[in-house]
Amino acid sequence: MVDLRNKLVLALGERDGIPGQALQACAESAGARVVYVATQCFV
Amino acid sequence: MDLEEQDAIRRVAESGARERMLVLLGTPTAGSTLMTALTLSQGDPSYAGPLAGIPLGLPSYHILEDGVREAIPPDVYDREIGPLEFVLDKAGIVTALEKVRTGTPSS
Repeated sequence: MVDLRNKLVLALGERDGIPGQALQACAESAGARVVYVATQCFV
Repeated sequence: MDLEEQDAIRRVAESGARERMLVLLGTPTAGSTLMTALTLSQGDPSYAGPLAGIPLGLPSYHILEDGVREAIPPDVYDREIGPLEFVLDKAGIVTALEKVRTGTPSS
């Protein structure tokens, strides 16, 4: 298991995959601090 | 990963405490996972962006990896990720990250 507690997480989502905000919610629920979040969009 | 994002991440990584940092990816394909993880660990492989020649050494994990899922409360994971777990190419994504971790991204 990846220990996310007290980690500083850069959450890089993608519009065609999983959005950054969803990654942020997951990481924070596991005890991480999110220091950067983005959802890339390639069109 | 676009050039502005490379620059933003470089600034965050260089702001300190890099040993506590990791990247959590929500990329949709094996290819996009490979390119992003490579860029943030070894530098921009296309040599086009601000991270060209700058190996930040950030470890990358994907939200679909079993080891990541196990760290997240099941109700949160189901709400935030839900059926996307079964839509995206989980096996290809996991294989791509293994290549980055073992240093064999071209194999």
